[in-house]
Order: sequence, then structure tokens, then C-alpha cells
Amino acid sequence: MSIKKYFTGMIVTVICLYAGLAMAGNIVITGSTTVLPIAQKVAEAYMSQNPDVKISISGGGSGEGIKALIDGTTSIADSSRFIKDSEIKQAVDKGRYPVPFAIAYDCIVPVVHPSNTIVNLTVQQLKGIYKGEIKNWKELGGPDKKIVVISRDTSSGTYEVWEDKVMNKEKVTPAALMQASNGAIVQAVSSNPNAIGYIGIGYVDSSLKTLMVDKVKASAETALNGTFPIHRALYMFTSGWPKGDTLNFINFMLNPQKGQKYLKEEGFVPLY
Amino acid sequence: MFKDQHKGKSRRIKEQWIKASFFIVAFASISVLALIVIFLFMEGLPIFSKVTVKDFIFGHYWYPTSEPPDFGIFPLIIASLAVTVISSLISIPLGVFTALYLAEVASQRLREWVKPMVELLAALPSVVIGFFGMVVVAPFLQNALDIPVGLNLFNASLMLAFMSVPTICSISEDAIFSVPRELKEASLALGATRWETIWRVILPASISGISTAIILGMSRAIGETMVVLMVAGGAAMIPSSIFDPVRPMPASIAAEMAEAPFRGDHYYALFATGIVLFLFTMIFNMVADYISNRFRQVGASTL
Repeated sequence: MSIKKYFTGMIVTVICLYAGLAMAGNIVITGSTTVLPIAQKVAEAYMSQNPDVKISISGGGSGEGIKALIDGTTSIADSSRFIKDSEIKQAVDKGRYPVPFAIAYDCIVPVVHPSNTIVNLTVQQLKGIYKGEIKNWKELGGPDKKIVVISRDTSSGTYEVWEDKVMNKEKVTPAALMQASNGAIVQAVSSNPNAIGYIGIGYVDSSLKTLMVDKVKASAETALNGTFPIHRALYMFTSGWPKGDTLNFINFMLNPQKGQKYLKEEGFVPLY
Repeated sequence: MFKDQHKGKSRRIKEQWIKASFFIVAFASISVLALIVIFLFMEGLPIFSKVTVKDFIFGHYWYPTSEPPDFGIFPLIIASLAVTVISSLISIPLGVFTALYLAEVASQRLREWVKPMVELLAALPSVVIGFFGMVVVAPFLQNALDIPVGLNLFNASLMLAFMSVPTICSISEDAIFSVPRELKEASLALGATRWETIWRVILPASISGISTAIILGMSRAIGETMVVLMVAGGAAMIPSSIFDPVRPMPASIAAEMAEAPFRGDHYYALFATGIVLFLFTMIFNMVADYISNRFRQVGASTL
């Protein structure tokens, strides 16, 4: 599943890049790999209902997306974090005013190998593990095995949320294995009985065991009512208030019967 | 008379044209290189207004997004050097001995079979090798050696060795194969055994080609990105054993560039890491060039 996601993502990116060159699409979307599956799913539905509109989608990362928005090469920038002050300044210098649209919520879920006996960890315990203070599963009531800490790269939006909500601005131990994508974490954790990692809820599959945090299970409900502690909003940015097809697409995305319904099917948390 | 002159002139013009177009073609690749280098330095140097060169290269912590950020790439440099050295320890004996076997021992038919096979290894996309390391080798290492994590320095080195063997083997084989036949015949005629001939005559005679092969293989290993991104583990710390996860420079650049704020400090720091990497590969290439000139194999008379 994870491998499939990884590759479909890559293939779609390549095809869309190519399509973007071959025929100037009406809407160009680029940015965060976390938002990519949402954008793909919703764009497919939108295009089947509006056959005259062409949407080209690519990944690349939140920073890439916002850079493209600043340069004016994309209509919509996907981002798994809010835009930074420095980026706003650059955009304004070029006469563009980024407008944010929160399009979905995402829970970031700690995951372990299915053979792991732990079911619940507190935020404090997670922090201890990621700071490198808790080094053995024995200390948490598990077997006498070293904990293999797996984290996202420091520059990913997911890492920033983790740092903010779990680490309380303290640093993740340098001994943590830094993986470049959600898919890579799924792969690494599912093949290592001693590992712990964290991923966006849309990437959870049966090869992993999700942990409860402070005795709360991650789900759409707990993310929306705020009881699950590690959640964030996902964004789409446009340059200035959107017009024409881009506006229609954003409206479609935010429509509870349309975009929001489709992204829920993909495992993400809708806004309402 | 006049006609001939005219013909000569048009031929000269044609010659000039061909010469000019070849010059442009040759110059194109050089100017592309120059542009890339200029760009690399332009985007990388601004970081040194924030951190000193010494802190950047010898700093032990790489936390580019913290407040305040730490831009120390020492663990990254060590990781790059470590994977290169360990992969060479595997790939040099494998590559050189395969080359010796193919050029000197194997029968003509076997050679025609095996050499393309080894070269085919070079055609394997690095992402495929990385995937193999991630999905097959990592769990195997974990279970077989009972180590906490299979994505580590050793796994990455092993995968990189797979990638350098074809380069080393193929270039070494050419060098060994081109050792003049009379040297070999003279050695055998003096009563040397086949092994003595290979060890004392063939190997010294082709050492320049073999060294070039080794260094090109190593520079392939140090610059390789996809494999280290996928199997090295990615922990930015100085490894204490060969089974520790590491984060080589190319992996760091590839993983972080997409999310780094455009023209922010992190972005500049990644480009500066690129400069360091570029300097490393440049030194490797210069050494290769020096060795191949210094010990140039001119003919039988040089021995």
C-alpha cells in the first residue's frame, strides 16, 4: 500500500510535469507531498465533472510550492505548514499577496511495528523517546530492546508540527533516523520490530500499529474536537483572492458534499 | 585555374565552419559547468555571513530549522567519507580481482559473457538498488546480526559498492587488457608462473589505469544520492560503529531542499553543503587525473 502510494505519487508527478509542459493547464497545483493525495483525488473528481478544465498537479514539498507561488509559476500552492514571514515578504516584494485556505486537518499519529505490545504513550513519554532520554522499550513496559527512533526530516512540515506539539521546541536526538517521506517511515517502521515513527493519518495502513496518545485514539472526531493532541491544518495558497477556475476549484474543495467528502475517503480529516 | 581557387576557398570556409561548430559544441559543456559552479557558489556563500566557515565545517549539530538554528555539517562530512571508504574496501578488491580474472584467467567465451553482465550492473538505476537495500537487505541485517536497525552505514556502503564495482571493473579490465603482450610473454619466457606474471608484471604495468578506475568508482560513491537517502538511515550523528545510521551530504541536500524556505538560511546552508561536496569530488577527479598522467603507461619501455 505504502509502496504503491509512493510510486503512484511519483508517476503522477512526472506525468503532470510533462502534461504541464505539453498543454498549459487551466489550473496548476504544486507543493506539499502530504497534501498531494488530497489534491489528486479532488482534482480527478473536479475534472470529471468539468471536462473543459485541465488541472496539472505535482508534489515537491511545501517550500517548493510556496516558491512557485512567489515566482508566479503555479495557481495554487499546497502546504502542510502556514506560510513563513520571510516568504510573505518575498511574495509582497513581487507584488503577490498569498491567501491561505485551510482545506483539511491531519492527525500525526505515532506508529510502531505490529508485534509491539505497547498501546498507549503519553506526550511526555513520546518527548522522552524523541529526546533520546528513554532508550529502551523496557522503560515503557515493553521487551528489553533498544528503541529505534524514526523521525521526518527537520525541514518537513510534519516534523515542525511534531516539534511544536510533542517536543515543545526541544530538539529531536541526532541519533534519530531521518526519513524523507511518510512512505519511507511506513516502510522503515513496518520492517523493524524495535522502531517507532510518526506519520500523517492518511498514510496509516495495516502494516503498522497506531498508538494512542494520552489514551486518545487518533481519528477524525478526536482531531476535530481537539482531544487528540497532535493535529494540524493543511493549506492551499493562492496569489491574491482566486478568480475563475481557481476559485471554482477552491470552492469545490471546501464543499462538504464534494471535496471534503473525497478527502475523507482518502483517510484525511475534513474541516467539518 | 580560377575554378580551382574558388573551390579551395569554399573548402576553407567549410573547414572554418566545421571547426567553429566543433568549438561551440565543446565549449557548451564547459560553459554549462561554469554556470552551475557560479550558481552553486552564489547560492551557497551567503550562509557564511551567519556562521563561520569553521563552525559550518566542524560544527557537530545539524538542526537547520530550530530557533536558533545549528548549521554544523561535520557529522554529514564524516558520514560521506565513511560510506565512501567502507564501500571502497568492498568494491576495490571485488572490482580489481574481477578485472584481473576476466582479462588474464578467464577463457575468451566466458569473458564475453561475464563482462557485459558486470557492466549491466551499472545500468541498474540507483533507486532500484536503494529499494533493494531498504526492503531486502535492511530486514536481513536486522535479523541475521541482531542489530537494532538495518538502515545503516554498512548497508549503504554495501549498496554503493554494488554501484562502484562495474565502474572499477570495467575501466581496470581495459587497462589490464591493454598491457603489451610482449611483457607477458617475456615474463613467462623467463620462467615466471602465471600468478607471478600477473602480480609482478601485469599489475604494475596497469597500475595507472587501475588507480583511475578506483578513484572514479569512489567519486561515484561519494556523490551518489538516492541510495544513501534510502538506506543510510539519515541520523546526523558521528557513527560509533559501522551499524549506526548516518546521514551523508547528498542525502541531506536531497531530503531537505524541497521544504527549505527559498533563499532562507537553510537554503543557503544546503547549497554550501553542495559546495563542500563539489570540492570533494573535484579533488577526487584531480587526483585521478594526476595519477593517470604521473604513471602514464607509455609502452613496454617504461617498466
